[in-house]
Amino acid sequence: MALELSDLTIGQAGDLLAQGDLTSTELTRAVLDRIATVEERTKAFVTVTETLAMEQAEAADRRIQAGDARPLTGIPMSLKDNMSTRGVVTTCSSRMLENFVPTYDATVVRRLYGEGAVMVGKGNLDEFAMGSSTENSAFHPTHNPWDLDRAPGGSSGGPAAAVSAGEAVYSLGSDTGGSIRQPAGFCGVVGLKPTYGLVSRYGLIAFASSLDQIGPITRDVTDAAIVMNAIAGYDRRDSTSIDYSLPDYTQALAKDVRGLRIGVPGEYFVDGMESGVESAVREAIRVLGDLGAIVEETSLPHTPQALAVYYIIAPSEASANLARYDGVKYGYSAKDASSMWDALEKTRQEGFGPEVKRRIMLGTYALSAGYYDAYYLKAQRVRTIIRQEFEEAFQKFDVLVTPTSPSVAFKLGEKTKDPMAMYLNDIFTQPANIAGVPAISVQGGMVDGLPVGLQFTASHMQEEKLLRIAHAYEQATEWHRLRPKI
Amino acid sequence: MRLTSDEVRHIAALARVAMTDDEVERMCGELSDILGHFDTLQQVDTTGAEPTGHSAGLETVMREDIADASTPRDDILANAPRSEDGFIRVRAVLE
Repeated sequence: MALELSDLTIGQAGDLLAQGDLTSTELTRAVLDRIATVEERTKAFVTVTETLAMEQAEAADRRIQAGDARPLTGIPMSLKDNMSTRGVVTTCSSRMLENFVPTYDATVVRRLYGEGAVMVGKGNLDEFAMGSSTENSAFHPTHNPWDLDRAPGGSSGGPAAAVSAGEAVYSLGSDTGGSIRQPAGFCGVVGLKPTYGLVSRYGLIAFASSLDQIGPITRDVTDAAIVMNAIAGYDRRDSTSIDYSLPDYTQALAKDVRGLRIGVPGEYFVDGMESGVESAVREAIRVLGDLGAIVEETSLPHTPQALAVYYIIAPSEASANLARYDGVKYGYSAKDASSMWDALEKTRQEGFGPEVKRRIMLGTYALSAGYYDAYYLKAQRVRTIIRQEFEEAFQKFDVLVTPTSPSVAFKLGEKTKDPMAMYLNDIFTQPANIAGVPAISVQGGMVDGLPVGLQFTASHMQEEKLLRIAHAYEQATEWHRLRPKI
Repeated sequence: MRLTSDEVRHIAALARVAMTDDEVERMCGELSDILGHFDTLQQVDTTGAEPTGHSAGLETVMREDIADASTPRDDILANAPRSEDGFIRVRAVLE
């Protein structure tokens, strides 16, 4: 079968562009055509930026001709629609920002544009990145390309579905409690949440500032390394940015896993998880053992508390971050109001959807007088314990291996009536955000025609170990070559 | 523990979100259910565990005071719901 242009990886497309066998204009046209064909079924985008993409593709072709190409020059990508793009509406999939046009580019966007990237559109998300299914988008849910009746995961469901369905070669997502990795797992693609502070959040519309991190969603591990080379690094505009001497992440791919110490924490194999997910992950662990990794069972006893820690800290920070939406400087503004206070309260009643309000309420409660010590401060103390548990584990192990999620993609509408059932989706992804450590999800098998996410977690700034083990696993298996039939 | 509707109204007032009676009722049930799951934290012994604000262990940074180009006024005003004569128009604060 001839490979469709819209199915190429960054590496494959980059080779064809460099050899002159393909132009960015042709590739971008192919991806836009693919969007025109499948978008009505996937609904991966909030905005498709066709005119901008073709202009950027032409500029990329000139740059390639001039011999000035970079690895991402001319490659079509999508951005989660919570990353500010100058002159291009940035909605956060919220009525509150439905018509908001940023006046500047996020640092990651500036870096990708500097590399000569082509942006085909802004991907759908759960409103303000709050959710695990993309059903909390104020505009429309996104559909999983593997089964259109199922959720793509969330909150970066649009960007993940776009990469899976051939509507973008790669995407950038954001991950506060699993929002890159869980949808990557559900859609059968690669999703990397870098170490907290490694990628600048300047221009990322804030959800929970002590947890948010931007990272790549790609078709294979090599592509994740290529994108990391472009977006990682210090930014004076992000006060949490770490000044760190960066490696060439693609160099990590050359190493095998012989002698690598892998821990398998028992708390990530819980009652109630799908048996197909557990057996796929156990099989992946066997493959890694065969490749020469040293596999050992271990324990992170406070893992079950991560959910409560997350759902106190993230809503608390969100309630503060979202206080800025007052209908005065930008965003939705209630029309009929009798006073300033009335306008403010109605603007927020009408502009925010149910899940965002739920989290603002939770966070306000947890921070309010009389409850602060019992909830917020207690959660911050347990956060320390969880972080220390990871630190201890990484004295013994290079990488931890777990499922990304307790299930494969669930049906649209299945969990929308019960917030707690939706929250439980993130139990395996939240600990990495709480500890600030990097984690990657790769395609680790199939259950009933749906992809299984396999997650690797490493210590702070050890992305190279993640990429190394994920790449070795990918080389030894064929899962990453599968594409949904859509 | 179940939150009362008065408690929910108090939180909504603090958060500056108007709510219908139906929304208040729904929020009572949902928030109570979620908060019930957080009781698990009270069982964790946190003696000696300092609170973690964020995981990077960074200090607040200062930068050099160098003048830089600012955002054009019209670009900013283009997003404002109400503007007049180059200013953002706000509702009366004092009545």
